[in-house]
Amino acid sequence: MSIEEYKDVWVFIEQREGEIFDVGLELLGAGRELADKLEVNLCGVLLGNNVKNSAEDLYAYGADIVYVIDDPVLENYRTETYMKAVGDLVRKYKPEIFIYGATSNGKDLASAVATEVMTGLTADTTMLDINLEKRLFEASRPAFGGNIMATILCKKHRPQMATVRPKVMKKPEADFSRTGKIIEEGLGLKEEDLQTKIIDIVKSAKKSVNLEESDIIVTAGKGIKDEKGMAMVKELADTLNADLGASRDVVEAGLIGHAHQVGQTGVTVTPKLYIVIGVSGAVQHTVGMQNSDVIIAINNDPEAAIFNVAHYGIVADAFEIVPKLTAELKKALDKEGVTTNG
Amino acid sequence: MNILVSIKQVPDTKVIKVNPKTNTLDRSSAPAILNPYDAHAVQEAVRLKQKHGGKVIVLSMGPPQAANAIRKCVEIGADEGYLISDKKFAGADTLATSYALYKAIEKLEKEQGIDLVLCGKHAIDGDTGQVGPGIARRMGMPPLTNVINVESVDTDNKLIRVHRKIEEGHEVIESPLPCLLTVEKTINEVEYAPLPNMLRAARYEPYVWSVDDLEDVDIKQLGLKGSPTIVGTMWPPEKSSGAEMIEGSTDEQVSRLLEVMNDTQELLAVKGGDGA
Repeated sequence: MSIEEYKDVWVFIEQREGEIFDVGLELLGAGRELADKLEVNLCGVLLGNNVKNSAEDLYAYGADIVYVIDDPVLENYRTETYMKAVGDLVRKYKPEIFIYGATSNGKDLASAVATEVMTGLTADTTMLDINLEKRLFEASRPAFGGNIMATILCKKHRPQMATVRPKVMKKPEADFSRTGKIIEEGLGLKEEDLQTKIIDIVKSAKKSVNLEESDIIVTAGKGIKDEKGMAMVKELADTLNADLGASRDVVEAGLIGHAHQVGQTGVTVTPKLYIVIGVSGAVQHTVGMQNSDVIIAINNDPEAAIFNVAHYGIVADAFEIVPKLTAELKKALDKEGVTTNG
Repeated sequence: MNILVSIKQVPDTKVIKVNPKTNTLDRSSAPAILNPYDAHAVQEAVRLKQKHGGKVIVLSMGPPQAANAIRKCVEIGADEGYLISDKKFAGADTLATSYALYKAIEKLEKEQGIDLVLCGKHAIDGDTGQVGPGIARRMGMPPLTNVINVESVDTDNKLIRVHRKIEEGHEVIESPLPCLLTVEKTINEVEYAPLPNMLRAARYEPYVWSVDDLEDVDIKQLGLKGSPTIVGTMWPPEKSSGAEMIEGSTDEQVSRLLEVMNDTQELLAVKGGDGA
C-alpha cells in the first residue's frame, strides 16, 4: 500500500429515515478544518434508502463531495451491508482520513471497517489535528477512564480513522451558497443474500431526560453523599427549571439513572449554564461538560480539579450553600414571574 | 450450545493514579479486575447455557496474572478458561488484539465447536468497543453490538433474536448462529457466586497458550508490530486559567451567584416565561 495515494478527509453521515444526525454535521465542521490544513477535499459518505436528495444539503456544512449509495437494502443500519458499502468506497476512492460519529452504529461501523480494510482506529476522540510536517492525523482522547489524555497516531496505514462523540465538535453555520458534487455508487447486495434481518425498531417513549438538549443542567457529584443530598440538588434544579446531571460515582451508587450521567461514559452536554456540585473534576467527567457556556462549580475542596474548567468557583459546603441559593432563587423568580419578560 | 466469552483483565480506572512527573499511569496504584461489562457477558452466557445446554468457555489475552480474571468468570459459572499469553502479543492495539483472539477462537472452534461469541460492550481501560466487532469480522460472523436483551435462541434452526440498543430506543434483530454479541450492563444482573463455584474458582488453573500453540499465525500481525495505531504523546488533562473564585460569607456568595446567573443568560426570564 502506498500511503501517498490516499487523500481527502471523509465524514460518515449517519441518518435514520432520511433525517441526518447532527453529529455528522458537527464532524463536517471539524473535517473542514482538517481538509483545509491538508489542502484536500472534504467528503461526506451518505448511505441509506431514498437519501440522495439529502446529499446536497451537506455542501452547506462544508462538504465538497458527497459519496452516495442509495439502496433499499441500506434502509436500516446493519453491519454487514454498511461495512461492505463503506469498505468498497474506501478501496476505490482512498481517503486519507475518515471520521465517524461515536454513536452505537457509528462505532460499530468504524470497528468493522477498520478490520475490513486493516487500518488503525481511535475511539471516542475529543480533539483532532494535523501534524503538517509529518502529514499525520493526530487524534486525541481521554484514556484510562479519563485519567490522562493521549494522542494516537496511525503512521503506516490508511485511512487514518477515528470516532468522535456527539456534541464534542461544534456544528458549523450553514452556508447555502456553497456547492459541491455527488458521486453515486451501487451496492451489489440483495436482501436474500444477507444474514441478519431487522425485525422491528422500537422507539423508546420520549426519554425521561435528554441532557444533550438541555439549556441548564445542575449536576451532582460524590460530594452530595446520599439521597438527601440528591434531593437538595434536585430542588435547585427544579427551581431553575433545569435538568439533573450526575457524575459516574453518583450513578454507580444508584442515586440516579444512567441517562443522567455526564462524561466520557455518559453524555456530552453543552448547556448555557452548568452548575456542578460536589464533583471533583476527573477528566472522565470534564470531557462531557467543558464546552458548556457558563460553568459554576461548588466544592468544599479548594484544590478540586473542577475549578480548572469552571468559570466561577465557590469553595463551600454544598449542604450549606445550595439550600440558601435555592431559597434566594425562588424569591427572585417570584418577582420575575410578576414582571415577566416582554 | 457452546458459548465463548472473550474477556479482559483491566486496571480499576476509578482508582488509578497518574505519575505527575512522567505523565504515565501508575498501574501499581490500581487493582486489576475483571472488566465489568465482561462479567455481564459471562453471566449471560451462563444463563443461556442453563436454558440450552452446552458449555461456557472463557478466553482472554494478557499476562499470566490475567488468570485471576478468568477465575472470576469461573465463579460466575464459566466451565473452562483459556489464556493466551506471550511476549509477542504485547503492545497490541485493537486490530492486533482481535487478530490474536481470532486465532485462538479459530482453534477452539475446530476442537470443540463454538455457536456463539459474547463480549462486553467495551473495556473500561480503553473504552473502545472495537475488539468484539473486529473478532466478528475476522470470523465471518455477524456482529450484534450493544445488546440489551437476548429474546430467543432457536438451536434447531440456529437462529438468535436480540435487542440492540440504538440512539432512539432499540432494534430487534435476527441473525443466524454462530454470531457475536457485545453486551451492555443492563442485559442482566451479575449474580452472587454460589459456594461450589467459588471453591472451584479458587483452585482453577486456565489453559495457557503461547503463540506456538496457535495455528497458522502471521507473526507480523501480532503485538506492537501488528498495531497500526501508536500512542504519540500523553499529557495530563488541560488546566485552564481557572475559575473566578467567589469569596465571602455564604450570603455574599449566594448573591454574587445570582448576579452571575442573571448576567450571563436570561435564565431567570426563561423560567418566568415558562411559568406564564
